[in-house]
Amino acid sequence: MRGAVATSATRIAWLRRRRAVTGAWRDYRRSRTGMIGLAVLVLAGLVALGAPLLADEGDLRAVNAIDNPSWAPPSEFGPLGTDNLGRSVWAQFVWGSRISLLVGLAATVLAIVIGTVVGISAGFVGGRFGGVLMRGTEWFLVIPFLPLAIVLAAVLGPSIENIILVIGITSWPGTARLIRAQVLTLKERLYVDRSRAFGASGRHLMGRHILPNVMPLVLANTTLTVPIAILSETTLSFLGLGDPTRASWGKMLEEAFRAGAITREAWWYFLPPGLGIMLVVLAFTLCGQALEAILDPRLRERRS
Amino acid sequence: MNRRRVIGKILASVGTLAFVVCFNFFLFRVVESDPVGNLYRGRNLSPEQREELRREFGLDGSQAEQFARYVAQTAQLNFGRSYVTNEPVIDEIARRAWPTVALVGTSALLSALIGILIGVVAAWRRGSKTDYASTGFTMATYSMPDFWLGMLLLLVFAVGLGWFPVGGIVDPATGGGLERLLDQAHHMVLPAATLTLAYLGEYALIMRSSLLETMREDYLLLARAKGLRDVAVRNRHAVPNALLPVTTLLAINIGFILSGAIAVETIFSWPGLGLATFEALSGPDLPMLQGLFLVFSAAVIVANLAADLLYSYLDPRVRTA
Amino acid sequence: MSTAPQAARPLLSVRDLSVTYPGAGEGVPAVRGVSLDVAAGETLGLAGESGCGKSTLAGAILRLLPRGTEVTGEVLLDGEDVLTMRPGRLRAVRWTELAIVLQGAMHSLNPVQRIGAQIAEAIELHEPGLGRGEVRGRVAELLELVGIPAGRAQDYPHRFSGGQRQRVLIALALACRPRLLIADEPTTALDVMVQAQVLRLLARLQDELGLAILFVTHDLSTLASVCRRIAVMYAGRIVEEGPSGEVFRTPAHPYTRALAAAFPVIGDPAFRMHPSGLPGDPPDPRDLPSGCPFHPRCALAQPECPAIDVRLRPAGPGRAAACVLVEPS
Repeated sequence: MRGAVATSATRIAWLRRRRAVTGAWRDYRRSRTGMIGLAVLVLAGLVALGAPLLADEGDLRAVNAIDNPSWAPPSEFGPLGTDNLGRSVWAQFVWGSRISLLVGLAATVLAIVIGTVVGISAGFVGGRFGGVLMRGTEWFLVIPFLPLAIVLAAVLGPSIENIILVIGITSWPGTARLIRAQVLTLKERLYVDRSRAFGASGRHLMGRHILPNVMPLVLANTTLTVPIAILSETTLSFLGLGDPTRASWGKMLEEAFRAGAITREAWWYFLPPGLGIMLVVLAFTLCGQALEAILDPRLRERRS
Repeated sequence: MNRRRVIGKILASVGTLAFVVCFNFFLFRVVESDPVGNLYRGRNLSPEQREELRREFGLDGSQAEQFARYVAQTAQLNFGRSYVTNEPVIDEIARRAWPTVALVGTSALLSALIGILIGVVAAWRRGSKTDYASTGFTMATYSMPDFWLGMLLLLVFAVGLGWFPVGGIVDPATGGGLERLLDQAHHMVLPAATLTLAYLGEYALIMRSSLLETMREDYLLLARAKGLRDVAVRNRHAVPNALLPVTTLLAINIGFILSGAIAVETIFSWPGLGLATFEALSGPDLPMLQGLFLVFSAAVIVANLAADLLYSYLDPRVRTA
Repeated sequence: MSTAPQAARPLLSVRDLSVTYPGAGEGVPAVRGVSLDVAAGETLGLAGESGCGKSTLAGAILRLLPRGTEVTGEVLLDGEDVLTMRPGRLRAVRWTELAIVLQGAMHSLNPVQRIGAQIAEAIELHEPGLGRGEVRGRVAELLELVGIPAGRAQDYPHRFSGGQRQRVLIALALACRPRLLIADEPTTALDVMVQAQVLRLLARLQDELGLAILFVTHDLSTLASVCRRIAVMYAGRIVEEGPSGEVFRTPAHPYTRALAAAFPVIGDPAFRMHPSGLPGDPPDPRDLPSGCPFHPRCALAQPECPAIDVRLRPAGPGRAAACVLVEPS
């Protein structure tokens, strides 16, 4: 008998959650800018995933490009011309999207995971432990991000994993602070107290009650952190701290600058990667704003 | 705000700075296990010469002794010598500081002013075409990598139209005095325009949302009921209240004066601390990087403290609490 | 139906005022054809639950509603229609003829401006020739009038208690010696003792200055003591009006009856949920019931109530009520 009650309770919770999600999707669809952002992201994802179909990876290597004219504009060598070594810019753009997006997403996941764990622990446990955690978080927030990232990257060496690590380590404090504030308000709510009165353990509370209620905020925060991560990867790659063996949009900009693309007016080399970054960042921001609007009832009231 | 809280905040900032100093020390010790060996690669050194050099660089003695020495030196603003030029790092930093301050300071003020204005207009005409256009524009510029915007401006205005120089701070041919100053200003136009455009979006967006929040308040209704014109209601009542979060933002951004233009200075070969950082990366010139990191962090910590105290002063609700 | 008893023209005459907010389809009708009169020096009370449109009405009189709101009808101030005034004339009339007092909540006063400056702003706006010393003198006078020491003009709003802020708002409203004061829920957020203080102040001001007051509130019992006449609002319409004593003691409309019967019982949760003592909620203006808007909650509903959109009909000398049960006498 007890077993039957337990399953139906979980089923009810599941149904409720699914209904909440479909409801949220319906609200999201109403935001025109949110849908545009989503469309751009889907397109970017398709380009990144479909890279092997769109351009030959071999075109990235200088050895294979010896016969190509160098500095050829798109009118001569399509679709995006060639760089100083005759390599296809289009191939670099398409394959570079993979790294830029991958690093952006991976670093964000890392930052969000750390930030959420720290935020929930600090908020839930509170007391001196929480205070110490928050002090550490505050410290990270005060240190200027780019110098810290540069210093860490210089120290750790240029590779994809290190870049992901560096960006992740420098980006989690914002999330942690946000999550902790939310956890503190959730703690006040009645049902947490009631659960505790029933003798529920801290871990149960954190997992069952706090975490699911914090997830929507985490989601919105994630979409707003990815742009920061992508821009950071771009800047770090531009400064020469990125992985030298892989193409990325930031690296394209570095090479274009170093090869003097500006003075040669070879706009086809550095315009596409920058444009790509701008559109992807803008798209994530729009999606993030649309999500925030759904989650914050105050904002929602203002919209109607 | 009472004395005790102010002192508390100052102490906290000092603590953070101290932490940065320690962090600096240990980070570079982790990397450079043998700076002397790295520097004098390829040269045959006798053990005595090595020992001598090590002592010169302060690398002898236990970790604790080295740390103590490091802290003492830092307190005296001795950041060591550059691996590349062998000049004291502090001198190099002092020399390179003012071009960065000039560039980033000007850009910060301009982006704040223009951004705030755009934000005010967008909020007041909410939902209109002006609002969508300005918000769209500011979001687009804010989404661009700042140095990429610089590359575009260079392409169009320096290489294409030839109105501005392609880089550097001054033409070697110019004389002194006013002519030199004007030439430097001329060189600063594009980099400053880049930074201003890239960062005005932040001010515009925050001012807009702050003003939208303020516009719902009853005291605005009361101001209109008194017989004030709409413009007066906006400028005398709404905007001053909405400016509070923006002034904090500005104060914090001032802290980024030193470190905010690393990539942009690189693009424009602007001889400031940003370019110095970029150049130090190719070594890596670790004492230089260490010194720069410390200076950058100190600037931000001080600016954050100032922003905190400034806000408390400006908002009477906090001031007299 | 006008219940103005005197021969002279009323100071404020609202004629068939309707306010529709922009919204789904045809918009949201917050006020639907309201007419009332306030004579010079008289106090008219306007009672109703939240959502009945009384605050919208108050805002409409001074044309303070947001852009895009549709307002029809007439608001005659001494014969001149406020709704068709040119902006310059409207701004001149605001505060000098008609002033408004809002709830003394934290955000009714500009939090970063000293209260003396806020009062001075109103004076300087309408009497630009005054010297600074004179303005300061007037501010001090006004504060003293409402019982606040003149020295506190230098303080910021958050330094005052709720009751004091309310009195500051009253001082502010009187700055340009208006002839009519619209008081929108002036005592709602205050505790009982302070409420009494503020009410006494208003009564005294009315006596001393010959002020006319339109007193808007949900608390019928306050109105009974302060106002000469009362109008009761429901779903955007006036459903009853008449001399306050009579309306309170012998209400003609079932809604008024429920409002009047609601004496607060401390600690009674039933009262907290339904201050009017009535079950259910006031109707959503977007989805009004057919016929008489009150019939779903009415204890005396008749079979014909959902069908007849009943209007005010005479219910005694100087009284009117919008109910089918009221037989014209």
